[in-house]
Amino acid sequence: MDGAITAPDVIAGEASASVTKPLQRVPLVLNKRNFSWITERIAGAVEGSAPRWWWVTFAITSMVAMFGLFCLGYQISTGVGTWGLNHPVGWAWDITNFVFWIGIGHAGTLISAILFLLRQKWRTSINRSAEAMTLFAVICAAIFPGVHVGRVWMAWYLAPLPNNYGIWPNFRSPLLWDVFAVSTYFSVSVLFWYTGLIPDLATLRDRATTKIKKLLYGIFAVGWRGSNRNWRHYEMAYLLLAGLSTPLVLSVHSVVSFDFATSIIPTWHSTIFPPYFVAGAIFGGFAMVLTLLVPARAIYKLQDIITPQHIDKMAKVILLTGSIVSYAYAMEFFVAWYSGNQYEKFAFYNRIFGPYWWYWWVGMLFCNCLSPQLFWFKRFRYNIYVVYFVCMCVNAGMWFERFIIIVGGLHRDFLPSSWGIFIPTWVDIWTFIGTFGIFLSLFLLFIRYLPMIAMSEVKIVLPEANPHHALPDEHHPVAAVGKERH
Amino acid sequence: MANFFPRWTNWLPLKISICGVVIVCGLTAGTWYYITPKYTRVGYQPIQPVPFPHDIHVAQLGMDCRYCHSFVDVAAHSNLPNTQTCMNCHTQVQKDNPKLEPVRASWKTGQPVEWVQIHRTPDYVYYNHAAHVNRGISCASCHGQVNHMSVVRHAKPHSMAWCLECHRHPENFLRPENQITNLDWKPDWEKPAEFVAKYGQPKDAADDWSKKDKLTQKEIGETLKERWNVQPPLNCQGCHR
Repeated sequence: MDGAITAPDVIAGEASASVTKPLQRVPLVLNKRNFSWITERIAGAVEGSAPRWWWVTFAITSMVAMFGLFCLGYQISTGVGTWGLNHPVGWAWDITNFVFWIGIGHAGTLISAILFLLRQKWRTSINRSAEAMTLFAVICAAIFPGVHVGRVWMAWYLAPLPNNYGIWPNFRSPLLWDVFAVSTYFSVSVLFWYTGLIPDLATLRDRATTKIKKLLYGIFAVGWRGSNRNWRHYEMAYLLLAGLSTPLVLSVHSVVSFDFATSIIPTWHSTIFPPYFVAGAIFGGFAMVLTLLVPARAIYKLQDIITPQHIDKMAKVILLTGSIVSYAYAMEFFVAWYSGNQYEKFAFYNRIFGPYWWYWWVGMLFCNCLSPQLFWFKRFRYNIYVVYFVCMCVNAGMWFERFIIIVGGLHRDFLPSSWGIFIPTWVDIWTFIGTFGIFLSLFLLFIRYLPMIAMSEVKIVLPEANPHHALPDEHHPVAAVGKERH
Repeated sequence: MANFFPRWTNWLPLKISICGVVIVCGLTAGTWYYITPKYTRVGYQPIQPVPFPHDIHVAQLGMDCRYCHSFVDVAAHSNLPNTQTCMNCHTQVQKDNPKLEPVRASWKTGQPVEWVQIHRTPDYVYYNHAAHVNRGISCASCHGQVNHMSVVRHAKPHSMAWCLECHRHPENFLRPENQITNLDWKPDWEKPAEFVAKYGQPKDAADDWSKKDKLTQKEIGETLKERWNVQPPLNCQGCHR
């Protein structure tokens, strides 16, 4: 596939035919693909035998995942000392990775819930895989706080269970709110994702050729028949879940930011954190959605469903959230100066010129603030290579940002005699790489066994699905009257 | 599409959910009952090298706990008596009793008798015996009525929740300091007039307690708590130092 995608021509013939006719929207599915093509293309990706690239990629990612799990096992059996944590840096890669992954997990629910409530029809092509990505990212995120407590078998203390100790979790601690926020988010996201899958699972069940596939897809399709009653209940359930998920998109990362904002460390103790973190999460999440979907659409030839228009819109979200994040960075410096607090001022001076200077210059300034500015230009939003480059910058930049916030805040504390530098060990590094293995392996399994695009929803945004579509006019004298909606 | 799920499968989800609920409830109830110190510790009664009958020594002969456990009110740790303590009497009393052979052997060789420990506090718990027995907590509160046990057994759960039961509400357990080693003590034994004369009564008490027929544990406890300023630690570091 060549780099430059040409903007789709806006049904030029029709627009010129009648001057009075309102301007046509760019269609969400290109080349006038019909219902059957969509089913064949998307369900086909699941039904055939796995292509060779899939096996090769899956072998690599699952090996990386296994090594990551080995590192976790080594860390659990030996102790947190296998990580490079020590005074004064008690949180480093573990919490950086947690915030990084949980941030990525925000795009899915934003796309599926908020864009659904805002009637953004373009979401239908990307919501399924974005939600799957959300779940896998949250799984990767949950590993780190779970393991960094040191004695993993004590993690049940976080749950309000009646016990022999006569004690209860400390509900005043934001670290506990975090546990509830993330687990609520994960449960609601799973429900939302699964509810959306039901009609498509029924399609796969009906098309399945082997008994075992029929049985498994049949169980998970929970008896879906596509009846009017089924659809009525389904749409109400989906709407309610969208309403339930919407506040979660904003609350989860706000709560994550409270882990820092409620402490007294300079650069952490800041009221700007909740909106700043939420914007950063959506920023990083959309970058990761594009990172996964750009190759997937090329491999599975889905360019007619995930069109340049979709990529353009996601690029605009990245530009918007990236600019909010840049504003927040700037405001942090302003507040540090305006506060007149010497510790705050020193911490931000240290951010730019201290031992981690290049993390700021490369990670925050170049990757997060400057690179998305390319998306002001339509030319770049429609150039797949530029889009991919910016997404990669954002992926890296958001990790650096979290590292700067966490380690940057800790390594120079109030007492100069206890200043220190964080040096990651091989266990730190490979646990993080291992989570990429887990994430990509799960995503590969997802595109192998489940429809990666919501077939039923994409069909709803086709022109044929519009009840008025079939009305004949002078330009379409014999439009598809009486054509059944499947 | 052919209907490949037979009719009986319609009930399957319901059956599975009911089984699931029953199993989860059963496991929870089972764990609650069987895997807690109320079950795992209470009743532990190991065979000791010498079957020391506390009931004979305390209830019949009237010995004080502190004759043998002599550090209990002066140290964090409460000791087991050494052989010499036993032999103070047993060189004269029951000196040929075959049950006492291990004690006599120990007396000759200098090797202590290997008693089996019953109440074992984890190493991450700091427990100070003296702090408790000098502030109105009886031996019986934690060890039960040892004075009636012919063989000592673990009488109380010693779980953290059980510790906190008293740390949160010490008034339910406090007693006058001269009744600490009197394991049979009952609150109604206290004469209200004498008690109030000695310890007073809480400032916010409405009526004059010395005129009462009997005092309840709560009244005694609240009086002593206020008089002795008993404030058991509730923070983690109080016991987990």
